[in-house]
Amino acid sequence: MFKNVYNWIDERLDVTPIWRDVADHEVPEHVNPAHHFSAFVYCFGGLTFFITVIQILSGMFLTMYYVPDIINAYNSVEYLQTQVAFGQIVRGMHHWGASLVIVMMFLHTMRVFFTGSYKAPREMNWVVGMLLFFVMLGLGLTGYLLPWDNKAYFATKVTLEIANSVPWIGPIIKEFLQGGTIVGAETLTRFFALHVFFLPAVLLLLMVGHFIMIRRQGISGPL
Amino acid sequence: MAHGKDSKEKVVFVGDSRVKRGSGFITPPDYTAYPGKSEAFIPNFLLKEWMVGVVVLVGFLVLTIAEPAPLWFPANPSASIIPMPDWYFLFLYQYLKLPYASGDYIVLGTIGVTGVAFGSLLLAPFLDTGKERRFYRRPIASSLMILSLLAIVYLTNTAWHHYKVEMADSGQIPENVQREEKAAENRAKGLPTTSGNQQKEVAIVDKENPAMESFKKAGCVSCHAADLKGASGPSLRGVGDKHNKDDILKIIKEGFNGRMPAQYDSAIAAGLTDKDIDNLADWLSKQKAEAK
Repeated sequence: MFKNVYNWIDERLDVTPIWRDVADHEVPEHVNPAHHFSAFVYCFGGLTFFITVIQILSGMFLTMYYVPDIINAYNSVEYLQTQVAFGQIVRGMHHWGASLVIVMMFLHTMRVFFTGSYKAPREMNWVVGMLLFFVMLGLGLTGYLLPWDNKAYFATKVTLEIANSVPWIGPIIKEFLQGGTIVGAETLTRFFALHVFFLPAVLLLLMVGHFIMIRRQGISGPL
Repeated sequence: MAHGKDSKEKVVFVGDSRVKRGSGFITPPDYTAYPGKSEAFIPNFLLKEWMVGVVVLVGFLVLTIAEPAPLWFPANPSASIIPMPDWYFLFLYQYLKLPYASGDYIVLGTIGVTGVAFGSLLLAPFLDTGKERRFYRRPIASSLMILSLLAIVYLTNTAWHHYKVEMADSGQIPENVQREEKAAENRAKGLPTTSGNQQKEVAIVDKENPAMESFKKAGCVSCHAADLKGASGPSLRGVGDKHNKDDILKIIKEGFNGRMPAQYDSAIAAGLTDKDIDNLADWLSKQKAEAK
């Protein structure tokens, strides 16, 4: 039955090569911690992906309660934190996961750097990876404001002042992020939109590129 | 033709569509050239990876339960807070306070060093183009990276240390701790534990009073709005908490602080009697937030 359905779809869309590209490959010994424990350094990329999935899932659940406006944002976060069943855990996962994903991504970057894995022919994948890093930092920055508490408010003011000090384009960046002349209602909705729609979209696109490239090129060889 | 089973074309489409019929999949690199045993990704390796993932997940969940995500008091622009970015921005935050990266040299700080550092990180493969991969045979790249890492650790630590000292000097306790203590106190007393901004709307007292009609007729609504919430003038809900009847009569007759002109003559012109105005002032003085 399933086989017939699969064949029916495969006949029309030729999906076999797609999943075989994803699934059907081998893991060489030098990256497999089962053979050499020191190869655990090759796990950080996978763990970054794992935490990113956690971030996406927990974030999706947070938006069920979060209200992006300056009157209700704090109240909705506090309600989620103190009243909703498991709300504290879901928010905790998103909060600590944001730090953990930076840690994992940093370790992954260092592994790639110190094993020289970014060298030809993998230059493009490194550039995409660095862009992923910047997008992730952007996600951390925009997500920081969303609870609309004092920490968020004052840190964002400082960030926008720093953005403002960039020559020529600084004031433009500041006004774009701030959505006006003060940190207020517009800033919160902008950061929310960036955090929930724009940056994750870019993140997912870059991740697809990252993974296609690693499948095309294979993992770098032993040193 | 690029269609059909027997096509000799390089690219063959499925049916009459533009979906390419694959000739197989991307051939994975041949790891037999490497010494040692390779392992199938699915299921062997992925199963082990998943087991590690589960351990990580459990540890992570234990962290989230043991250490709830901090929440401070609601944003209040007039609060005195030592601003603090998230920890992974601390090095940048501290760096931009250095004398040669701030003030007159801010361009050097933002574009000069930061831009060059992140730019060269982004373009590392095009700067470090040698064939050698081992880090100890790439002294320039490796030492630059190690130096940057040391700088990041140093700057992060300095920023955190300054923050601690500032907090201790000003005698502040982190707000998330304060909030939790306050919530615990209120819980013990049976009060609401929320720190959120409670939007209490002051109701209009005695809405059916004929003074409401006078209020509209005399044109007060043009500044104070028909719902008394105020427009160009202030809200009059709860005005009885601030002014008594005599004050209000005086304000109607003489104006207020130069911002509200005297209204007595125009009210009379609009057809109100002295009694109506007296009644209006009386009604306004009863507009108290905690009435009932």
